[in-house]
Amino acid sequence: MDKLIELLANGKFLEATIQTLVYVVFAMGIGGVLGLVIGVLLTVSRQGGILQNRALYWILNFLVNFFRPIPFVILIAAIQPLARIAVGTGIGDRALIFVLVFAATFGIARLVEQNLLTVPPGVIEASRAMGAGPLRTILTVLIPEGLGPVVLGYTFAFIAVVDMTAMAGVIGGGGLGNLALQYGYRQFNPWVTWAAVLIIIAIVQLVQLLGNVIARKLLRR
Amino acid sequence: MTRVQLIGVSKRYPGRGKGAEPVVAVDDVSIDVASGEIHAIIGYSGAGKSTLLRLVNGLEQASSGRILVGDDEITSLPEAKLRAVRGRIGMIFQQFNLFHSKRVSRNIEYPLVVAGVAAAERKRRVAELLDFVGLADKAEAYTDQLSGGQKQRVGIARALATNPGVLLADEATSALDPQTSQEVLALLKRVNQEFGITIILITHEMEVVREIADRVTVMDGGRAVEQGGVFDVFSSPQSATTRRFVSSALPTEPEAEHLEQLRERHRGRLVTLTFRDGNVDQPVVFRTLAERGVGVSIVHGGITDVGGRSFGKLTLELIGEELRVEHAIAALAQETDLEVLA
Repeated sequence: MDKLIELLANGKFLEATIQTLVYVVFAMGIGGVLGLVIGVLLTVSRQGGILQNRALYWILNFLVNFFRPIPFVILIAAIQPLARIAVGTGIGDRALIFVLVFAATFGIARLVEQNLLTVPPGVIEASRAMGAGPLRTILTVLIPEGLGPVVLGYTFAFIAVVDMTAMAGVIGGGGLGNLALQYGYRQFNPWVTWAAVLIIIAIVQLVQLLGNVIARKLLRR
Repeated sequence: MTRVQLIGVSKRYPGRGKGAEPVVAVDDVSIDVASGEIHAIIGYSGAGKSTLLRLVNGLEQASSGRILVGDDEITSLPEAKLRAVRGRIGMIFQQFNLFHSKRVSRNIEYPLVVAGVAAAERKRRVAELLDFVGLADKAEAYTDQLSGGQKQRVGIARALATNPGVLLADEATSALDPQTSQEVLALLKRVNQEFGITIILITHEMEVVREIADRVTVMDGGRAVEQGGVFDVFSSPQSATTRRFVSSALPTEPEAEHLEQLRERHRGRLVTLTFRDGNVDQPVVFRTLAERGVGVSIVHGGITDVGGRSFGKLTLELIGEELRVEHAIAALAQETDLEVLA
């Protein structure tokens, strides 16, 4: 126990924790917005949606289906050339954040779509019947009505992104996952691994709790 | 004050699969709804009535025919222009379709925001509407804190916010219990009478038609099979569908108006017996009356099957000496569900 506390007080852990949080904040911030946009477009462009558009739906759906199943560690390698073009480097924190944003965008797009589809078509129809245009309906009815489940979707995505950051070491990134592997696993020091695990659990629990509270508020349950 | 005309309106959907015949949801329907009229469209599910209603405010586009709402020709307007017209056509729904994420007052305010009404005017109008539907104390409630009847009243207030000339009601009472249904229908009637709003309502319930409609269109298989004043259509039904609807209506006690007419023809005491799933032993009823020397004629009502059980109300005229009749009523009251008509 003393050993764990000693380890956690170590500056390395603080640095790694901040690194992980920076990765996640970028991925959720940028990927969250892009994913929301794509998710909304998927919802409204599908058959029977308020902006039904077969071509747009097909393209977006294809992209999401194409990138989402790729395991993150392989995605890092696969889109390294894209990272070089987009952020000027294929390694290090910047490249890692690029890939995280990329993966988060497509993952979140699907989550947003799935959760917005739970909004009863009737309320969308009611909004149309009152003379609201598509953009107003999306912003003032579709998204607010689906916000509760969407927040839970984002909570789920947050945890998935924390999971992805553990692969940071592959292209020279840092963070808690890298710390656990490099200083714990490779140096036969399970204490380090477990200390990293504990911090990750704490972060995940905190965010899940926050997500649940917000969603419950929105759903009024 | 808006007249609604449907002239030879059809709606076809492309069939599923290659070479499939198109599905005809609405087939050459013409209805002329006078300004201030309550027009019911009755039909079984799949009769095309729901589609028809959505053609009126352009939520669906007619394949052929013309639709006029006041001076606006719905069938020739592009979507952007239709939006402005929809502000003048209110709509309420079976499932209410309220916004759960907004408070009651915000729900009612929404069409006003869409219409670009100034904030102060919106506030005034919302208060006025809440008052009209009797929900002033629920302004800050969320919609999931309301009962079904209250939800529909919010729906009605929302639909009335922009002072529409026409109100479309899509099975507005089908999700409500009979008592609440009555309240909502009474409110719709008030809307019609106080503001002169033309109401087009679709339903599969005879009771709704009987309760509030002036005229009725019976739909079957996308076609309007019968049309006219409610009494005319249902007192001498011409089509099989209409006959089915009429026969599905339950026997009732005579209504106040009807009762007066009955009294003119029958001078004896009038009582109504209610039959529920064999709770009344009919032979006993008639023996009781015969033993006390009371004559009987059946003047109104009937007995019908509801969900495999018999349900009925029979209004009887009891004929005989006053005292004998009193005794007979007292005896029957012991064994049956009996109501003496005042």
